[in-house]
Amino acid sequence: MSKVLEVQQVSVAFGSQRVVHEVDVALEAGTIGCLLGPSGCGKTTLLRAVAGFEPIINGTIHLEEQLVSRPGWTLAPEQRRVGMVFQDFALFPHLTVAKNLSFGLRDWTAKARQVRVDELLELVGLTAAAKQYPHQLSGGMQQRVALARALAPRPRILLLDEPFSSMDAELREQLAREVRDLIKREQVTALLVTHDQLEAFAMADQIGVLAAGKMHQWGSGFELYHEPADRFVADFIGQGALLAGRVLDHAQIETELGLIDGVNPHHLQPGSQVEVLIRPDDVIHDDASPQQAMILERAFRGAEYLYTLKLESGAKVLCLVQSHHQHAIGERIGVRLEADHLVAFA
Amino acid sequence: MRVRSWWSPATVTIALILALPVLVVFGFVLVPSGEVWQHLASTVLGDYISNSLWLMFGVGVGTLIGGVGTAWLTSMCRFPGRGFFEWALLLPMAMPAYIIAYTYTGLLDFAGPVQTFLRSVTGWGFQDYWFPEIRSLPGAVLMLALVLYPYVYLLARAAFLSQSLCVLDVSRTLGNGPWRTFFTVALPLARPAIVAGLSLALMETLADYGTVHYFGITTFTTGIFRTWFGLGNAPAAAQLAALLMVFVFVLIVLERSSRRHARYHSSQREQSIRRLPLHGAAAVAAVGFCSLPLAFGFILPALQLSWWSMTVAERMQLAPFVTLIVNSLGLAAGAALLALVLALILGYGRRLHPQPPVNWAVNISSLGYAVPGLVIAVGVLIPFAWFDQQVDQWMRSTFNISTGLLLSGTLAALLFTYVVRFLAVALQTVESGIGRIRPSLDEAGRSLGLTPRGVLWRIHRPMLRGSLLTALLLVFVDVLKELPATLMLRPFDFNTLAVRAYEAAMDERLADAGPASLAIMLAGLLPVIVLSRSITRSRHVQSP
Repeated sequence: MSKVLEVQQVSVAFGSQRVVHEVDVALEAGTIGCLLGPSGCGKTTLLRAVAGFEPIINGTIHLEEQLVSRPGWTLAPEQRRVGMVFQDFALFPHLTVAKNLSFGLRDWTAKARQVRVDELLELVGLTAAAKQYPHQLSGGMQQRVALARALAPRPRILLLDEPFSSMDAELREQLAREVRDLIKREQVTALLVTHDQLEAFAMADQIGVLAAGKMHQWGSGFELYHEPADRFVADFIGQGALLAGRVLDHAQIETELGLIDGVNPHHLQPGSQVEVLIRPDDVIHDDASPQQAMILERAFRGAEYLYTLKLESGAKVLCLVQSHHQHAIGERIGVRLEADHLVAFA
Repeated sequence: MRVRSWWSPATVTIALILALPVLVVFGFVLVPSGEVWQHLASTVLGDYISNSLWLMFGVGVGTLIGGVGTAWLTSMCRFPGRGFFEWALLLPMAMPAYIIAYTYTGLLDFAGPVQTFLRSVTGWGFQDYWFPEIRSLPGAVLMLALVLYPYVYLLARAAFLSQSLCVLDVSRTLGNGPWRTFFTVALPLARPAIVAGLSLALMETLADYGTVHYFGITTFTTGIFRTWFGLGNAPAAAQLAALLMVFVFVLIVLERSSRRHARYHSSQREQSIRRLPLHGAAAVAAVGFCSLPLAFGFILPALQLSWWSMTVAERMQLAPFVTLIVNSLGLAAGAALLALVLALILGYGRRLHPQPPVNWAVNISSLGYAVPGLVIAVGVLIPFAWFDQQVDQWMRSTFNISTGLLLSGTLAALLFTYVVRFLAVALQTVESGIGRIRPSLDEAGRSLGLTPRGVLWRIHRPMLRGSLLTALLLVFVDVLKELPATLMLRPFDFNTLAVRAYEAAMDERLADAGPASLAIMLAGLLPVIVLSRSITRSRHVQSP
């Protein structure tokens, strides 16, 4: 499959400060990629470099095998054929919804333009709002207009900059799925930027975790959660705790909660001290277990309680328990470990 | 966004051309002026500085209180006559300071209606009583503040109207009353606009020649005029001008830095304004506060001018007067259009490249506004005359044809001077309008295939309609009122209204200054009214 976007060893700097450091990203046709990271990690800067708004100081960016950025040269944004959905949507307030959609279609014939606008209006379900102005629409509708406007000229890639950040939290995941469906239906390759991992999981096929300008891991949501490449990813994605352990041999690690079996993914030296990632679902509440832990905090999650437990040694782990098992803070409960994936860091 | 384009060289070129007159004048700083400068420094320079500072201080306080107060009342409160004051408060803009100086001199001097009335009521005679002298420094402050406060009013009002009501509501829910909210939220939010308006008013103050000259106050401008023409010493006059430019530069730095530190973009979602209703004493106070600048800045002088005009109407000829009007309006419209186009190029150029070369270029281009029109005129005349002479010489030696005066003494020279002088007015308005367009809109345009020029034409131009019209009309009215540069540069036999009014007043024929002054005022009125309406409408830019 051909690569639509290829970002190789790209660095971006503002003045003397490097905000993106030798990052690689590759997207195949039709996939949705995501740059995930805390605010200030450089993800938006990287997206803007792909759009052509920021020059790069190292590496190259290719769009459909065309070189668009290299140090000292940046193809202008208007010549890249990229569609962009902005955080604040950036709808043109002086134009109607239909005029906003046809904005990028100046070179099309009037008829083709009309057909495309009608088609997009239907796609995003805004046919009735065609003649309205952006300020007359709700936030969700404005976002769909922004998406449709970016898709209208059939861009080579769709870039989305925190597209759901101004939305209600409950709406975000639903909108993310809707937007994913729309993008898939238009068969566009897309790159999304977000700090919200649930949004990333809901939308993206491939996710890259960025921190302090560096790419920590590139993979599917499943991989990031269950096979984090380093401590940062382990900590940033999902919940969990790191528990001290000792490597017995290349398949076994001894921890306070017992032995963990599994293939050692990081070629750890037998006898060395490591830290093992323990997810809340790895810790099972079992009254029969000889292992006891004290409840420090609990959070009601509907079907489950999320307990923060303190072990004998003072180490903390998280534990998910069905919510009909009620325990009070300070109570001691029996737990045992049931980990499928072994993730350990030296 | 780093873009390779012609914007950066274009702005720098425009700036250099516009800076030419000032550079020429500054060039003379290096020319020794001999004893004249020594003489100035030891005698009158202290007066120039202290008088100019007092003028600025007084006018600054006056325009701030008048401009911000009336802007807040008319945009955020509800009281009887609010809708009327909203546009009527702009009326004094149509009045040049020197013209209301003539009218108040006529009104308040010994033989004027006020003192005559006073004497007839009290039975006092000559020298029996003390009466404030209008032809004084406080008098000049009053004259200038009365006609310059609309700059602050206009920009402050636009800022108040574009403020998100949510922010104000938040302040109210946090326990701040309307007054506290005004001082802690609305005022700081509007500060960039207010400072912009204030710096405009103060630049006008520093550049005023007509009023201070008529009132006999020695300031930088009268000093420059006297040194240039009276003492015939160009280098010394240029050195005075350079010192004046230091004052101006402080103003510009102040304005720029305050704007840089506070780049507020208006909120996307707009609600209709809920104005705070005022009742009883508060409503009366509001009406009174808005009535004062209107009455003294416009109505009273307008009545006086009308009275004078009626007294001289019988002996006036119509045809030459129509020519005067056509000349004035044509010049003003031409200069305003030219200034607007250049302001757009410069303002948008700075948005594209907010870095040193362009930044400096734009700042330099707006310096002309504070330079007295007279000094610019000299700075224009010297290089233009030199150019004419060179061309003439070359043409004669090559083709044996004499080309004579190509540039100097033509309308082109006058237009150029106006643009140099008033570009800042257009630029400030255009830039604060552009500043309110969120940068993501530019980027959206770019990602949809527009070049930077396309963004300017298809996104900024329609969104800036209100600001562009404002800029156009501000320059229009300013050119109409301009006096000293016109006096000096007008082509032979080419008269404008301002020149006619000045000549009559200086000849102590105040009544004869009436018709031309009244015409300047009336011509200025129409754009002022259109201006006020367009601002109200540009708030609903979405509905065409």
